[in-house]
Amino acid sequence: MTADPVPGFRYIAKKRRPKEDRRFLVGGGRFVADLALPGMLHVALVASPYPSARIRSIEAGAALALPGVKAVVTGDELARAVDPLYSGLDIPKVRRYPMAVGMARYVGEWVVAVVAETRAIAEDAAELVQVEYEPLPHAGDPEEAMLPDAPLVHPEHGSNVLYRRQFVWGPVDADFAAAKHQVSFRARWHRSATVPLETFGVIASWSQAAGLLDVWASIQMPKFPEQVARALRLPGNAVRAHFDVDVGGSYGVKRGIKHSVLAGYLARTLGRPVRLIEDRLENMRGGDAHGPDRIFDVSIAFEDDGTVRSLRIRAIDDVGAYAGRAPLQLGKPIGAIVGPYRIGSVAYEPVSVTTNKTVQEAVRGFGQSPTNFAIETAMDRAARHLGMDRIELRRRNLLRKDEFPYTIPSGSTYDSGDYHVVLDKALEAANYGELVARREAARGHGQLAGIGISCCLEPSGGNSAFEPLFNPKNETTTWMESCQIKIDLTGSITAAMGTSSAGQGHETLLATVVAEILERDPDTIRVVHADSLTALPSNSPVGSRMAIMLGGAAAGAARKLKTRLVTIAAHNLNLPPEALAYRDGSVAALDDPGRALSWDQLVEIAHRKFHLLPPEAEPGLQASHVWEVPTGGGLPTPDGRIQMYPCYSFECHVVYAEIDRVSGRVDLRKYVVGHDCGVMINPDIVHGMTYGGIAHGIGAALYERFAYDETGQLVSGSFMDYLIPSSHEVPDIEIVDHCTPSPLTTFGQKGSGEAGYLGAPAAIASAVNDALAPLGLQIATLPMSMAAIGDLLATKDAAR
Amino acid sequence: MSLHEITLTVNSAVHRGLVPARLSLVDFLREGLLLTGTHAGCEHGVCGACSILLDGVPMRSCLLFAVQADGCAITTVEGLAPGPEGLSVLQDSFWETHALQCGFCTPGMLIAAQALLQSTLTPSDEEIREAIGGNLCRCTGYKQIVDAVKLAADRLRGSNRAEGGVQP
Repeated sequence: MTADPVPGFRYIAKKRRPKEDRRFLVGGGRFVADLALPGMLHVALVASPYPSARIRSIEAGAALALPGVKAVVTGDELARAVDPLYSGLDIPKVRRYPMAVGMARYVGEWVVAVVAETRAIAEDAAELVQVEYEPLPHAGDPEEAMLPDAPLVHPEHGSNVLYRRQFVWGPVDADFAAAKHQVSFRARWHRSATVPLETFGVIASWSQAAGLLDVWASIQMPKFPEQVARALRLPGNAVRAHFDVDVGGSYGVKRGIKHSVLAGYLARTLGRPVRLIEDRLENMRGGDAHGPDRIFDVSIAFEDDGTVRSLRIRAIDDVGAYAGRAPLQLGKPIGAIVGPYRIGSVAYEPVSVTTNKTVQEAVRGFGQSPTNFAIETAMDRAARHLGMDRIELRRRNLLRKDEFPYTIPSGSTYDSGDYHVVLDKALEAANYGELVARREAARGHGQLAGIGISCCLEPSGGNSAFEPLFNPKNETTTWMESCQIKIDLTGSITAAMGTSSAGQGHETLLATVVAEILERDPDTIRVVHADSLTALPSNSPVGSRMAIMLGGAAAGAARKLKTRLVTIAAHNLNLPPEALAYRDGSVAALDDPGRALSWDQLVEIAHRKFHLLPPEAEPGLQASHVWEVPTGGGLPTPDGRIQMYPCYSFECHVVYAEIDRVSGRVDLRKYVVGHDCGVMINPDIVHGMTYGGIAHGIGAALYERFAYDETGQLVSGSFMDYLIPSSHEVPDIEIVDHCTPSPLTTFGQKGSGEAGYLGAPAAIASAVNDALAPLGLQIATLPMSMAAIGDLLATKDAAR
Repeated sequence: MSLHEITLTVNSAVHRGLVPARLSLVDFLREGLLLTGTHAGCEHGVCGACSILLDGVPMRSCLLFAVQADGCAITTVEGLAPGPEGLSVLQDSFWETHALQCGFCTPGMLIAAQALLQSTLTPSDEEIREAIGGNLCRCTGYKQIVDAVKLAADRLRGSNRAEGGVQP
């Protein structure tokens, strides 16, 4: 697991204890539920018990009569005071408010908010609210929801299809006609999510005198303050989001707009701070944080020698009852729609369908992991069809190192990669030959054993190119990130970012990058999360972007400061800047090191001695840098080609699994991943996210599912039935690093926040199918639960 | 609603409180004593984020009422370090291996690992995974946590040889 040495860096790519860990280890985290404001009120929510129902009446008298209850607010009242929430698609008739307006559209949807002096009183009062419903037929299965006579989730929209487009990039029909073989199959990725251990929470406080709404939230959302302000009909500078709140895990889903708009409205109306913290059921049922729920129909065309010619993918995605950014998760994978392979043409038909289920939100990878699962299943099926080794088939199609930069049919250019070497390294670390022998020995004893393989991409450096692609009215072509740095009078450095963190180690990232450029000790650098009114623009840690984007912004600002220090020295030493050397914060003449100004002297001049500053120089030492995503700025072509994310990390998973013949339980006995995300700013942080991503992928592959029954009820709304992998289910994972620097970034770094999750489900599915192959069985539905595999094995037993 | 007087020791300090019968121990610790290091993750006893030591035994504070802790000695994450400046060997080992990311499950993990190291300083990987098996972590995949507990045990064994009787 040793990192490849990266020469030339002092702090980057070195082992270093993360800055933020210490406070969490002593119980000193500052999560939203740890904050309390004087006079703060608490919210409990009355949720719809029906998947679809007209709200006939709401009787709140008994609740209001309970001592300590301050208000009972309905969706109708709220809708009169706020504007609909942002939608990623151009679907004006699909209006989304924080609470149900007239009609409830999924089980768990908020119908009434009760505000009281304590959460306990609010919960007591919520039970006293009487809501009369008229149950209506509901749309459950996404394919049935597309039929003409299906119950409509949003009747005004006229259909349950929110988005559908047929993209064709290259001569797909001709390639399929010319290819010797083709295989078609259906793959199912059932609804799961990231389900952080901290539920979503928000505190809102309104000052009438200042006309200012302060918001503390467990948030990971691009343009969060602006969205809250717009919905509340406030100017953007009337909402101050505090990003110094520690977020207890997110991995995409902590978007919380509806929660924050509701809390903001209540705080403003009641004149007291209001706190809304989801309990676990509220989080899982009504928190609008479910993930992709997809049906893939895939065809792959290939030749005798395994060369893949073309790919057809239709992806039906069930987004639930409303649409925020979630439907765009069908768009992001367009940037890596052929995976790491050389495939000349692709047809892709994304279909976004609304049903009466909990609303989908962004999940780690933004739709890429399900797509990778579909692509890798196609590669396995092609190999099986030909009787060819799965690894050999991949080797023949993987892009070679000398082919980069490489533009795929859908218009994105891959920056760099060394896929064959990463694959070889992973196989070597896994001791592949021994694994095969182990599998054969197990099979010899009548056991079900299989080896799984996946080769997957992690597009990183997230922009929002899918917005203009899926909604022509949206011309977003920048997704900038910013950093401000100041060196104060004492010579201390403070770097500010404009977003919150959820465990990704951004404070360490900033300190390391600034220290690298300014050659100062990272441990002495303070990193703060500025609030939204003092911060420069940020688009939050989405799309595996912060090492690239925040790292790039920080480097830019630090370089400006370094230049200023050199300029001040040049002026005072009477030498041109090119005759000087910057070292450890001091500046000295190249040919006379004794002729120098120290860090302290330069700081003193900048802060106190205007008479020693160069003419027209700005006093003080501060700099900011706003960085656009590399390769960003483009709009899509008419046929839907566009550059998505700039940088492409690669991961190759090798997993050995055994399946219990009786129970269907899958046991992962060996797990190795080869990983290349360019230069790692902090290897421990990258490795940690990769292990965690694999654990999450194991959950999606084998255990986790938000399941609904025939009546539209969520049947996995607790940790008793929504199964998150524990230390028993996650094996000891080995990471093998490889470093192919990105030519597009400041230090050669690529993204890694989604690592592991993007290839684990595909690899585990591959292992399960390899294990089932001797029985002539195959499965392409995730999660491959004990029940699902057990049922499959039972059909075989019955046939026998 | 009936109120009950309780007396308990938390991190070596004696606290008296008047609590409603239905108040959970985690809410009492967080809101009554302002010890917000203990986290409520699921409030139905599965995730383990609210773990505390109750008379030395790891327990879910979300599944206990405050009144049930009357007369007990409780250790929370805030009580693990030897003093306000330092870290325990276990905490320092978590830092060394980066055994956390968002930090939300971390207090419960530390409590579970503390209980293990109080019973053995030679835990196998399996014993460590068993000890933390009731604590969910969504960030780390557990690997660096297992590494941290192993490292802490190694360090404590070394310390025992040198001085004897070192606390995790």
